[in-house]
Amino acid sequence: MRAAGVLLLAATLAALPFAGGNYLVRLATIMMMYSVLALSWNLIGGLAGYPSFATAAFFGLGAYAGAIAQTRGLPLWAAWPLAAAVTALFAGALGLAILRLRGHYFAIASLVVGEVLRELANSATGLTGGGMGLNLPILRLEVTAQARVFYFVMLGLALLTLATAAAVSRNRLGFGLRAIQQNEDAASMVGVDTTLYKTTAFALSAVFVGAAGAVYATWVNYIEPGDVFDVLHSVKPIVMVLLGGAGTVAGPVLGAVVFLALEELVWRNFLTIHAGLLGLIIVALIFFLPGGLLAVGGRRRAAAGRGA
Amino acid sequence: MLILQVLANGLVLGGLYACIAVGFSLVWGVLNVINILHGSFIVLGSYVAYFAYTAWGIHPFVSVVLAGALLFALAWALQAGVINPVITAPVLTTLILTFGLDLLLNNAMLLAFKADYRKVNLESPLGTVSLGGVVMPLDRVAAMALALLLTGLLAWLLEASRIGRAIVAVRMDREAAELMGVNVKRIYAVTFGLGAVMAGAAGSLLSLIFPISPLNSSGYLGKAFVICVLGGLGSIGGAMVGGLALGVIESFSALLFGPEHALTVSFVLLIVLLLVRPTGLLGRRGYE
Amino acid sequence: MTPILELRRVSRFFGGLRALHQVSFALRAGEIVGLIGPNGAGKTTLVNLVTGVHRLSGGEIYFDGRRIDGRRPHQISRLGVARTFQVVQPFPRMTVLENVAAGALFAARAASLAEAKAAALEHLRFVGLADQAAAPASALPLADRKRLELAKSLAMNPRVLLLDEVNAGLNPVEIDRALRLIRTLADRGITILLIEHLMKVVVALCSRLVVLHHGELIAEGPPRAIVEDPRVVEAYLGSRWASRAHGATPP
Repeated sequence: MRAAGVLLLAATLAALPFAGGNYLVRLATIMMMYSVLALSWNLIGGLAGYPSFATAAFFGLGAYAGAIAQTRGLPLWAAWPLAAAVTALFAGALGLAILRLRGHYFAIASLVVGEVLRELANSATGLTGGGMGLNLPILRLEVTAQARVFYFVMLGLALLTLATAAAVSRNRLGFGLRAIQQNEDAASMVGVDTTLYKTTAFALSAVFVGAAGAVYATWVNYIEPGDVFDVLHSVKPIVMVLLGGAGTVAGPVLGAVVFLALEELVWRNFLTIHAGLLGLIIVALIFFLPGGLLAVGGRRRAAAGRGA
Repeated sequence: MLILQVLANGLVLGGLYACIAVGFSLVWGVLNVINILHGSFIVLGSYVAYFAYTAWGIHPFVSVVLAGALLFALAWALQAGVINPVITAPVLTTLILTFGLDLLLNNAMLLAFKADYRKVNLESPLGTVSLGGVVMPLDRVAAMALALLLTGLLAWLLEASRIGRAIVAVRMDREAAELMGVNVKRIYAVTFGLGAVMAGAAGSLLSLIFPISPLNSSGYLGKAFVICVLGGLGSIGGAMVGGLALGVIESFSALLFGPEHALTVSFVLLIVLLLVRPTGLLGRRGYE
Repeated sequence: MTPILELRRVSRFFGGLRALHQVSFALRAGEIVGLIGPNGAGKTTLVNLVTGVHRLSGGEIYFDGRRIDGRRPHQISRLGVARTFQVVQPFPRMTVLENVAAGALFAARAASLAEAKAAALEHLRFVGLADQAAAPASALPLADRKRLELAKSLAMNPRVLLLDEVNAGLNPVEIDRALRLIRTLADRGITILLIEHLMKVVVALCSRLVVLHHGELIAEGPPRAIVEDPRVVEAYLGSRWASRAHGATPP
């Protein structure tokens, strides 16, 4: 039953770019990209309980690292992993510094890092093109084929992130992170190397986001600081995780898909109140869905189990 | 001479910054909530002053009272209705909640007032004062004085009034205060309201100096962050010191690196300070 | 024979406050030593220094001949020093079994989560909590949470166990049960430092007592001698009581 479901899902995902039009493929690609962001945030925010607002910093850094590498003539297959590595190294170093802070102080520090990077990108005109933005080399592929390529790349990235998240949640690292989230002092007292674990989680939460940023940059062909370092890149993944279910493996993907479907179906028609509606969704989410969509399913199943 | 002028500019700006941050710091310290709405509260205060002046000719200095009253009511309602129910939730919940509320308020302001920059242009400005080669518009100096006066007033309220003592008691030890008969939920609402009053008042005063637009709210919020980390959290003195320090730092970094980098410089400073001295310049421990 | 745990002139200041001053004593392998003193004497601070939660302001701490002050809490725990908290600190959203497995996995370096859980079940049986293994830790009543703390510490495979007020808040029946458990642990060869302010408990269990007062070590010796030491009586009851107890006429 379960295997059949997985097969069906896999077939759908594989067939989608050939069955659907360009619009649908584009939407699916964005869904995959945000799945990467939400799954990644969940590692540090959901599992370890550190309210990180650094996703935009990682995304932007990855985008610029990839874009700069490509404009200097590096091929795609080298530029993307390079961007991921740069982002992960940056996150590791940053984590060693700011993961000593707790609660609001950590949140602010992680938020401000993105702002500083954006300003740096704005001012380092020689390297980044500054506020004028940066154009990337154009791929010699026709439009539909290109859309398919980026869909599969993002899909692959999302699956890789999902596999990593699933592995982490089952192994020693995930167990230690849950302990840190519930009581950090007690965790270090039972032998968890909290600095190592938190820093590893932070670097893991950056590496795929950096890759996604680089792929995004190639995909849209043009990036500017205000776009890739947008604070909403930090906030939306959090909302998606809360929507799907924090600390679960599949929740972030579910949250990303539902969130973006809502955004496409509803908000596109109300451009002027786009931000306000997002605000309303956030407020409603906190009050009516505190455990996320998966928790609702869990409660239903639990209720059904008791009834049987 | 240039140095003195820049220093004077910085101090005048800093007085206003203290007023921006003091309410934010109070709410953070007492409620353990980072109020992302604070920036939009300030902008709303500026709009109150703008419309009071253009419609009825009320001077922004007088509008401080109007803006304060309006924002107190708005903040009280938000706190009692939406924020109090989740006040004990993890940091992330209240952060995201006030972020969502801010998106709503900011979007509403964009719809109502448009994104255009507006400015209060006084018909009869007070002119300038010149002291030992340092020139300063009197309106600015008066606004700064008023900002510091209001900040002092808040300090006095916390020190001398019954409700102020209760707020301080809740900040130090919520459970002990509760045992002593303090209605903590009410204190939270009052504190949140007071924070908004200071934001509204600051907004009114700032309407004389900065252009008014909903787009400015995140800038104000950023400054409040930096000031709290500079001065240390939860004390009025800290906000004053932090505000004045930021004013001076911004003025000098504008001189050295250009005005467009002033905010970045202060953000870099914020990160460095968080790392080397998380208790702020005054060395008081922040509330986590 | 080198002591298993030794404190040499250990001091700790908090700002201007002197929490511990020049405290020296040692534990020999296998003994149960009581650490007593009035509230605020610095007992919990001492535990926090030994386990690496706080840094020393001065002095040295040795575990099995190796210097351990300056090491981080997880490193010290892996060497074989475990503690229970005065205010119990379970991982609230983990099951009882997972709580104990954490100790086996991280401090005792179990090879896998499955192995850690198997070991954890053994320790739960030992403290009598096996039937609660699947319950969330936050659902346990206080006495059970204290036993959970103990099982968690045992799972760390400690050589020295610091028990910080394990009996606080328990009723007499529960205390008796806890005392029997502690004795069994000592029989297994675990060295125990028992932090208590119930005299009755330490006199019954310990071969030796160490007394802290205002952050200083004021007496050390066998329980019988300690309870009659005038300095100790004075620390607990004030000077008037002390002189009366020794037959002198109060002024």
